Amino acid sequence: MIDKRLSEDEVIAELRDGMVIGIGGWASRRKPMSLVRAIARSTLRDLTIVSYAGPDVGLLCALGKVKRVVFGFASLDSIPLEPHFRNARQRGLIESEEYDEGMLQWGLYAAASRLPFLPTRAGLGSDVMRINPELRTVRSPYADGEELVAMKALELDVALIHMNRADRSGNGQFLGPDPYFDPLFCQAAKRRFMSAESIVDTAELTRNASLLTLCINRMMVDGVVEAPLGAHFTECLPDYPRDEEFQKKYAATAKDPALFESFVDRYVRVSQAEYIQAVRTA
Amino acid sequence: MTVERHEYCALALADAFRGDGEILASPIGNLPTIAARLAKLVFEPGLLLTDGVATLLAEVPPIGVGAAIMAEGFMPYRSVFDVVWSGRRHVIMGASQIDRYGNQNICAIGDYRRPAAQLLGMRGAPGNTINHPTTYWIPQHSKRVFCAKVDVVSGVGYDRARALGPSARFHEIRRVVSNLGVFDFATPDRTMRLASVHPGVRIEDVVENTGFELVLPPEIPPTRSPTQEELRLLREVLDPKGLGKKELLQ
Repeated sequence: MIDKRLSEDEVIAELRDGMVIGIGGWASRRKPMSLVRAIARSTLRDLTIVSYAGPDVGLLCALGKVKRVVFGFASLDSIPLEPHFRNARQRGLIESEEYDEGMLQWGLYAAASRLPFLPTRAGLGSDVMRINPELRTVRSPYADGEELVAMKALELDVALIHMNRADRSGNGQFLGPDPYFDPLFCQAAKRRFMSAESIVDTAELTRNASLLTLCINRMMVDGVVEAPLGAHFTECLPDYPRDEEFQKKYAATAKDPALFESFVDRYVRVSQAEYIQAVRTA
Repeated sequence: MTVERHEYCALALADAFRGDGEILASPIGNLPTIAARLAKLVFEPGLLLTDGVATLLAEVPPIGVGAAIMAEGFMPYRSVFDVVWSGRRHVIMGASQIDRYGNQNICAIGDYRRPAAQLLGMRGAPGNTINHPTTYWIPQHSKRVFCAKVDVVSGVGYDRARALGPSARFHEIRRVVSNLGVFDFATPDRTMRLASVHPGVRIEDVVENTGFELVLPPEIPPTRSPTQEELRLLREVLDPKGLGKKELLQ
């Protein structure tokens, strides 16, 4: 079996300016935050981020890494609006490619299926069509002749996801309530990197868990990073809930540049080991 | 027994599910959640409800208590969109702005490219409104919300649906419920009509707080009162912590 283990920094070395990067998880849930922070402290720039967005997008926007966001919402769940993302939008700092949440899924599925688009009714009649002027409709070739949105494929250069468990060859396991769209992000991407709370022997994965929890298989993954607390401060059930206190602290930095600067010094411009230490002594 | 305003709202929202049968009810907010659970207990036993995450609930629990709940199924996000496409769903969403045709904005205020206020985003509103029934819940009725023109159209209204023709055949705004009354689109040009006022609200209050011309039918009934059993379920079973009332007062 191929050993695909990498460090966060080895993953970042595979990334380039201007890439289209899809990030798994959902809002403030099971986000690959150790990889996101590694991007945040790198020299990477002009990235396009595709995400069911949470603090991944907020943090990268706040640090000027992002040129364009492809999204349907940006939320911290318990804090309904992502404050750093709001700043970036309201200051006109990023390009916005916004779709209905289901259209986002469809765009990823089209890319995963190597199709140029998938038809859907979602978007028809709404301002999704106005704000994405390149979006086209398509007419059914069958007797109904129905006009539908041709949701374009959202092809990703890279996908980043975080799982509860993985093995060293890239099989990944979610143990929480929902796989979200993580499999689809991997299937839509050319290069796929997965962090996990722990890397275990393959036999361990199903010792106490259903086969159905193995939502990622190794042909969907190019590199595996062992990252304990790798989704912190987002929720990573059942390993840990969202760190609400820490999230509040993060959200408060959107109102105060000096506070944000010290947050970045303490929690972003540090290794994952230093980060864990800083969180534990916070 | 005096019925409180939020209880009329819960009832009006619950009544939106009448006739829906075995579909996924997706209420967003406290009163909509209470309403969907009331509807299931009283007159729509077939409704499927989730815990707000990915579990379909076999029981009808109170809100905000966090009791252990028996599951009857798995409904992760990816499956939710499959249900949206299938049409077997009825959502209750909010609206930061809504116009007389029911166009809804939860996306942004001001110019979209550089908004004065970034709100929730499109979320699922475009797909919901074009695929299955939608009800809107607006806890603070004002001219700011009920406005002449929305800045961004997230949820599709009747004028835009009509322009689409057959592609919009699944579009339906079931009703709009606010803290003042209940509204529908049962008019020749599908503009918003005052269907009932909550007891204690004057029709003038509704008109004065609405930023467009509301259709006023000759007879405007009061919103229906709950039965003793419905009131008992609301107070003692579904919302023992009074979270519904708080939503109205925010």
